[in-house]
Amino acid sequence: MTWKQVFTSSVGKKLVMGLTGIFLILFLMVHAGLNACIWAGDGGEMFNKGAHFMGNNWVPRILELGLFAGILLHIIQGFLLTVENRKKRTIGYEVSYNEGSKWYSRSMGLLGTLILLFLVLHLSHFWLPNRSNQGFLLGEEINLYKKMKLEFSVLWVVIVYVVGCISLGYHLAHGFQSAFRTLGVHNRRYNTMLISLGYGFAIIISLLFALMPVSFYLGWVE
Amino acid sequence: MEPYHMNLNLKVWRQKNCKTKGEFKLYRVENISSEMSFLEMFDVLNEQLIRDGDDPITFDHDCREGICGACSMYINGKPHGPWQANTTCQLHMRAFNDGDTVVVEPWRADAFPVIKDLMVDRTAFDRIIQAGGFISVNTGNAVDGNSLPIAKDTADTSFAAAMCIGCGACVAACKNSSAMLFLSAKVSHLALLPQGGPERKSRVINMVAQMDKEGFGACTNTGACEATCPKEISLTNIARLNKEYLFASITAGR
Repeated sequence: MTWKQVFTSSVGKKLVMGLTGIFLILFLMVHAGLNACIWAGDGGEMFNKGAHFMGNNWVPRILELGLFAGILLHIIQGFLLTVENRKKRTIGYEVSYNEGSKWYSRSMGLLGTLILLFLVLHLSHFWLPNRSNQGFLLGEEINLYKKMKLEFSVLWVVIVYVVGCISLGYHLAHGFQSAFRTLGVHNRRYNTMLISLGYGFAIIISLLFALMPVSFYLGWVE
Repeated sequence: MEPYHMNLNLKVWRQKNCKTKGEFKLYRVENISSEMSFLEMFDVLNEQLIRDGDDPITFDHDCREGICGACSMYINGKPHGPWQANTTCQLHMRAFNDGDTVVVEPWRADAFPVIKDLMVDRTAFDRIIQAGGFISVNTGNAVDGNSLPIAKDTADTSFAAAMCIGCGACVAACKNSSAMLFLSAKVSHLALLPQGGPERKSRVINMVAQMDKEGFGACTNTGACEATCPKEISLTNIARLNKEYLFASITAGR
């Protein structure tokens, strides 16, 4: 069989979702870890150093290309799968079956869309102005800590970020364990472990990210 | 539990054939015993319809003892009705109370087109099996079953997967109309046993290809199939199928 056959089969398409999903999970860990430096209590010095490294060293810049490729693949494939899967039942049920599965497992497309909308706002707040001001374009490097403080002084922005984080949390609550199932982890003891790990990861990551705008808004960090 | 009698309102999907549009029709059945099975209640309704000169409701059924996989009603928003690990024929009327309204629909999936009323065409499953759900053996004397040692827990896991009766409730329950639980049960059943070894790779590749060709959706691991399966086929079979497919697709072929 050809690689095309593999990756256009229903199982192969899910494999792409799972692999890119796990890659994005790894990215979230790095992102959350680095951003947690805002709580260092040094007025953003450590955080800005980290941000400078991520923006100016060629290793994270190359990895960033991979990240965008991964995100795009995850979004496009996810969108196509959702549309295709919907088409498989032209006439729906009068009474729908909701007991057997969690609502967030059934709503990965919706949660993904919410995260995407949040991402557009998020990238336009930080990534875009930051990258366009680095060296080659509009002059001076942005003080990202100050930028965070500025953006997160607006209530609606904070609310949108918190909603984005909640969507991410539920997306991960299903996605984390589902990705490993898709990769073929079928042993019961590993699955049990991965489900707990997935819930833990989803809660910690979304809470950590949501606390960042909240911390600035409520003045927990100076 | 003391037997009791009930009157029920039924909202049943009626459709002449796959080309015409269907609709729900309301029926009333009276004096139904709590000891009847759900299909017996439908027999009563059909006799009533025949007496009135109406067209009786077509539905699939065969063994009526929960092992053949023929019955296929989607009752009150769940394949095979409200009970767990149960087929429609083994659903008894004590699951309902006097005055209840029961909505009965056919399996909904484009890969399972309605033949008439509540009967759907599930031959897609047969074609998936034909694509690889078997082992090829040479003719001759039957081999002694005990000549191949198989670990007890492996045999148990395989038999648990082999419990699948191919009723299609997993497809009916899945929001993607995916046949993955069915397929994974058939693949796991053979992949776990030494007899399934020689065709292990081609089996999973061909059966997945056939499933896609038949127009079933992709699995998103929601678990709705496992929750409604009358034979309690485990979701871990799907993960095993994914592993089998991944391994086969990386290593198989020229």
